[in-house]
Amino acid sequence: MMAVSVAIIKYNAGNIRSVLFALERMGFSATVTDDPGDIFQADRVIFPGVGEASSAMAYLRERKLDDLIRNLKQPVLGICLGMQLMCSRSEENDTQCLGIFGEEVRLFPPREGFKVPHMGWDTVGNLKSGLMEGVEAGSHVYFVHSYYAGPGTDTIAEGSYGLPFSAGLARDNFYGVQFHPEKSAGAGERILHNFLDLKI
Amino acid sequence: MLTKRIIPCLDIRDGRTVKGVRFENLKDVGDPVELGAFYAGEGADELVFLDITATPEERKTLTSLVTRIAMHLNIPFTVGGGIRSIEDVNALLQAGADKISVNTAAFRNPVLLDRLAAEFGSQCVVLAIDARLEQGDWVVYLNGGRQSTGASAWDWAREGVDRGAGEILLTSMTHDGTRAGFALDITEKFSTGLPVPVIASGGAGTLDHFREVFHQGRADAALAAGLFHSREMMIGDLKRYLLEQGIPVRL
Repeated sequence: MMAVSVAIIKYNAGNIRSVLFALERMGFSATVTDDPGDIFQADRVIFPGVGEASSAMAYLRERKLDDLIRNLKQPVLGICLGMQLMCSRSEENDTQCLGIFGEEVRLFPPREGFKVPHMGWDTVGNLKSGLMEGVEAGSHVYFVHSYYAGPGTDTIAEGSYGLPFSAGLARDNFYGVQFHPEKSAGAGERILHNFLDLKI
Repeated sequence: MLTKRIIPCLDIRDGRTVKGVRFENLKDVGDPVELGAFYAGEGADELVFLDITATPEERKTLTSLVTRIAMHLNIPFTVGGGIRSIEDVNALLQAGADKISVNTAAFRNPVLLDRLAAEFGSQCVVLAIDARLEQGDWVVYLNGGRQSTGASAWDWAREGVDRGAGEILLTSMTHDGTRAGFALDITEKFSTGLPVPVIASGGAGTLDHFREVFHQGRADAALAAGLFHSREMMIGDLKRYLLEQGIPVRL
């Protein structure tokens, strides 16, 4: 296989070590960087994130990484908060996001029997796009999130937690997953592989 | 449907996995890197690592051990033991932990929970509570079960969640290592009364104990150590049993 260069966008949002380890286990290496040139030139860009939306967006804007991400042409994968930041806006501290996906991000309403955050292994279904190839409907993946993107035209994987939500989104060269593929055992590894194999 | 989680726990002393009965008489049960990889392959939903020595000198080697374990894990990884500060947590997250678990330091300095939640998010902060049943009351113990506080476990759990703990790891010292079943009453109270997930720990001995703790105890996750380390119970067998009993698990 041809060597694929992977850039993981470095910003103030949580732990990216597990993404790096996941790629290494699969035989790939990645550079963790906030350098625009490095990000622009990489074959694949991963936009991870665990944390809070408004401070993450403020950080990206300060470093002009927001425009940079919007203008990327190679496959880009947002994970968890990364995916949410690629949506139009988030209810989390009323944050204007990158607007790559049309969907909006909302807080799970409090409901009997559904603790928030939605934390743990849950199923995904209605799978579309090359990103989900070979992943069976009903596969379990690992989620940790209090906010969700509703289902919309960009939805490529659906989850359900008292209400339906987007477990995966895609538009053009941009992809996002609400769950953590790097922590989702075999199904997650398949998705990461698919992402690295995507043809654009 | 959100599944119930099965979590093997590695109690670590001097870089080795140990197991005791009621927190005492520790004996060596294996290499944590090998055990961690074994459990991930066997279908564990998460791995918990508790450093039960946690002296300052050992903490430095601890982060490298965390990294060696994390490299082989494709499931979430929670690390606890001796965590006192934001810097401690940062080092462990950088080393490859996904969540951290705090216990004694949080009880002595509860504002630590607020700070950790603000810095890293509640989803990253597990509050571990070691509780013992004393004259009908569940009482919080510290320092790996060596020191009683006299405080109510329930009150502490509620305060901890209010301050930002995103999950509670509830260990019954009364049941730990006995293999006589989990503490169902307090687990049920925590699981239904708290707005965050509750991991039940202490007392697992049979397949049916796990069914009970999910069914009667309403736990979100169940943790065990010795039973898995000795291979007396295989996680795959346990999950197949639970599925047959109508409890949602990931196979």
